Amino acid sequence: MTATNLHLYVMVAPLLSAFAVNLLGRRSRNWIAPLALGALSFSTLGALLTLQRVLQHGGYRYTVGNWQPPYGIELVIDPLSALMLLLISAVALVATVGALKSVEQELPGREHLFFTLYMILVAGLLGLVMTGDAFNLYVLLEITSITTYGLIAMGRGRAPLASFNYIIMGSIGACFYLLGAGYLYILTGTLNMADIASILPGLQGHAAIATAFGFMMVGLWVKMAFFPLHNWLPNAYSLAPTGAGIMIAPLMTKVTVYLMIRVMFSIFAPEYTFFAHPGVQAGIVWVASLAILCASALALAQRNLRRMLTYILVAEVGYMVGGVWLANSTGMTGAVLHIVNDALMTLCLFLAAAAIVYRTGSLDFDHLRGLYRRMPLTMAAFTVGAFSMIGVPPTCGFFSKWYLILGAVEAGHWEFVVALLLSSLVNAVLFFRIIEIAYFKVNPQPSGDGLLAGEAPLWLLTPLLTAAIALLAVGIGSGPLVNQVIRLALPPGLAP
Amino acid sequence: MNYHSSLLPLAAICISLLVTVPILLSDRKPNLRESWTLLAAIGKFCLVAIMLPSVLAGEGFVLTLAEVFPGVPIQLRVDAMGMFFALVASFLWICTSIYSIGYMRSTQEQSQTRYYASFAVAISATIGVAFSANLLTLYLFYEMLSLSTYPLVTHKQNDEARASGRKYLSYILGTSIGLVLPAMLITYSIAGTLDFTAGGILAGHASKATLALLLVLFLFGFAKAALMPMHGWLPAAMVAPTPVSSFLHGVAVVKVGVFSILRVIFGIFGPDLLRSVDLGMVITTVASITILVASLIALSQDNLKRRLAYSTIGQLSYMILGAGMLSAAGMTGGLLHIAMHAFGKITLFFCAGAIYVASHKKYISEMDGLGRRMPLTYGAFLLGSLSIIGMPPLGGFISKWHLLLGAIESQQLVLLVVLLGSSLLNAAYFFPIIYRGFFASPAEGQDLSGIQEAPLCCLIPLLTTATLSLVLFFFPGVLLQLVRQALAL
Repeated sequence: MTATNLHLYVMVAPLLSAFAVNLLGRRSRNWIAPLALGALSFSTLGALLTLQRVLQHGGYRYTVGNWQPPYGIELVIDPLSALMLLLISAVALVATVGALKSVEQELPGREHLFFTLYMILVAGLLGLVMTGDAFNLYVLLEITSITTYGLIAMGRGRAPLASFNYIIMGSIGACFYLLGAGYLYILTGTLNMADIASILPGLQGHAAIATAFGFMMVGLWVKMAFFPLHNWLPNAYSLAPTGAGIMIAPLMTKVTVYLMIRVMFSIFAPEYTFFAHPGVQAGIVWVASLAILCASALALAQRNLRRMLTYILVAEVGYMVGGVWLANSTGMTGAVLHIVNDALMTLCLFLAAAAIVYRTGSLDFDHLRGLYRRMPLTMAAFTVGAFSMIGVPPTCGFFSKWYLILGAVEAGHWEFVVALLLSSLVNAVLFFRIIEIAYFKVNPQPSGDGLLAGEAPLWLLTPLLTAAIALLAVGIGSGPLVNQVIRLALPPGLAP
Repeated sequence: MNYHSSLLPLAAICISLLVTVPILLSDRKPNLRESWTLLAAIGKFCLVAIMLPSVLAGEGFVLTLAEVFPGVPIQLRVDAMGMFFALVASFLWICTSIYSIGYMRSTQEQSQTRYYASFAVAISATIGVAFSANLLTLYLFYEMLSLSTYPLVTHKQNDEARASGRKYLSYILGTSIGLVLPAMLITYSIAGTLDFTAGGILAGHASKATLALLLVLFLFGFAKAALMPMHGWLPAAMVAPTPVSSFLHGVAVVKVGVFSILRVIFGIFGPDLLRSVDLGMVITTVASITILVASLIALSQDNLKRRLAYSTIGQLSYMILGAGMLSAAGMTGGLLHIAMHAFGKITLFFCAGAIYVASHKKYISEMDGLGRRMPLTYGAFLLGSLSIIGMPPLGGFISKWHLLLGAIESQQLVLLVVLLGSSLLNAAYFFPIIYRGFFASPAEGQDLSGIQEAPLCCLIPLLTTATLSLVLFFFPGVLLQLVRQALAL
């Protein structure tokens, strides 16, 4: 292992541990925690070193197995993908700590199966952000999707049905993407992103380019649940096993947004994406604004904490897609910062939900009464997450929203400004409704089944508090984060 | 003014923030818990007072906490205007703490630990607003204050309190996110900075229409200042325990709203710019309407605390009116009125609370003859209301005098009429309370014989603040000097 291929091991470690978890975890569940956490700690450390290296020496390309492109698979490590590597591995590490306890309660005896899929999923996500190959991206996208289908189907009640629904939508999305990639292959004869990008400008005016671009975008929008293609998400994510939700919810949509950025700027160029087809760019910002408003309205109608969170997730996808499509560096900065922030906020809130459900068995609003008294630390962390979603400084949610709104003001997209502000207000209503129930409604009489126990176990509390502190730390440190990392991560052509 | 880097402003803000931890930990030991509160209150005042001499000498303090956006750090800065507000707030905070102890124990309120902890966070946020060097920092502390006072408003936890809490947050958070945030972003994208600068940062960057839009967004966005029609939360918030009301009215919240608006007028727009585009009219019109309407509504309120609440709404607009006159005397009066009104109004609320503790009466119509049983409380009430009306020899006279001068200076005689008319209305809604207290005989079936003055812990603070309203008439020196320095006169 050398410094130049460290990133490869960042991905390989969870993959290997997936097999080890399956083999050894089958014998004794005691193996699972050290294997999973060990691999992810290694990945996090590796990702940190990779990021540091990239920031010092600039990005680099790596050919797997020394098969030269366009035949071999190329990995691209630039500031943006290195940042994503760190984000994914760190979030997965923290989420796994919480998932261990939750899965032990919900899926006794099937933990090794769960964590096998789980670790493959992490490996797939890590691979996705590194790949420089349009077809390889498709393969990894399917690896992550299929493992996700499996994980969701392990959930309770109608989870298999929700998963089936997701399979259908996910496969349609994948087909779209694959068709797009296919067109590009026919046009250019290569699947390597950099190669395609160098050939495409010579083919200007070819209608197939637009088709390919449109297909790839739609495919990814389905996968990231961009309104109005979001229908599969709320059921799938709210019925999934709690432990799976902790990791899937923060990472899947965010990684897909990252893929959208990759396709827009690494395969196509900003000049093409934004300006080749008049009206498209503005239209998508409008759709994003609608996405934010509709998803927020739908969230208002929910009476269950986790379902509410899933709709907020859909709204947040609108934030990021809108931010990217504002076509200026401020909006782009906001979108990338929001990928980081939203991953952390979602992690914090889903962990809090997991801690509550672990102790009380339900996330219906009526069951949340008096929770502040029974689980003060959990609810304190939940409150931090809620403030971040509302956008109260100094939590990180405020800072990405700032860039997004500022970008919209600069671009003159006032509809997006209004959507973001209204969504903040709706989030305030959503979360204060819960805070009011959990804080100020009188505690119900303890029922006989002993479910009114106290604070969540340390295995859930530690990652939760870590996530909450991260929200504040990333918020206060957002200045350096933007200046030293995200500015470098902006696609060429959009850098300020 | 020169600024030196120093940790003092941070210490002054954080001392009460840090003390929340021991407060929460000494949940079961009320005496220990209250000692922490008092310790923090006194410590905070001392830390603020230590900085006073250098500020008076023209030497301020500055501390950059984090560089968050290009050109906009999270930064603390102690200048004359901030010092003026922090001095008043941190002193009254001591009185409120002592009073809280007396009130909360006498009425045996629930969840007192939460109460004291929220209070400690809220006063930190208040001082934070005072010491903010730019609009972003101010916004941060402003939000922190909104969120930390929410549990105080909802303290009683019954349906009414929860409904009021919802109303409170909807107004305060709704306007700060919906109006101030976009206004701040537009300002930033126009000017590239948010620093409070003498003379403003917007001059030469924006058209008159943009300026007018921003001004309206800021005026109504800082809904804590309760400019009509953003005042609905204030009477609703009266369901909270009385020390909370006095905190809302005297020490913080409403004053933070006014302070924020004044900061924006002085430091973001700049009086010269507003004068040159003739936008002072917008401010004075909104403020005048609020003054008159609120005073008229106050006349009809029978609930003592609600009457005081409407009185506050009117008085807050005095301060904004003064600033809107854009003349030296007017601005001086407006800023000075923050302090004078604080001392007067906090006295009145302390008295209302003391009456409630002693007699459990909330309605003015039930208070006939009560003044003879509680002469000290009613005496203090008299001083407080005289100060609010603006009669000599009380502090309120000085600020009102400057306001009247300002109206003449800016040749807006309408404003003179508004101010004098409002004074009459103030007298009309205050004097009946005092008259009925001292001279009316108790209503049929009302037995007042068992009622005596409230406990010492309630009595001392209200006598102190009442006396100070008197003293401030004779010795307004330090405050006046700070105001003059703040306005660079």
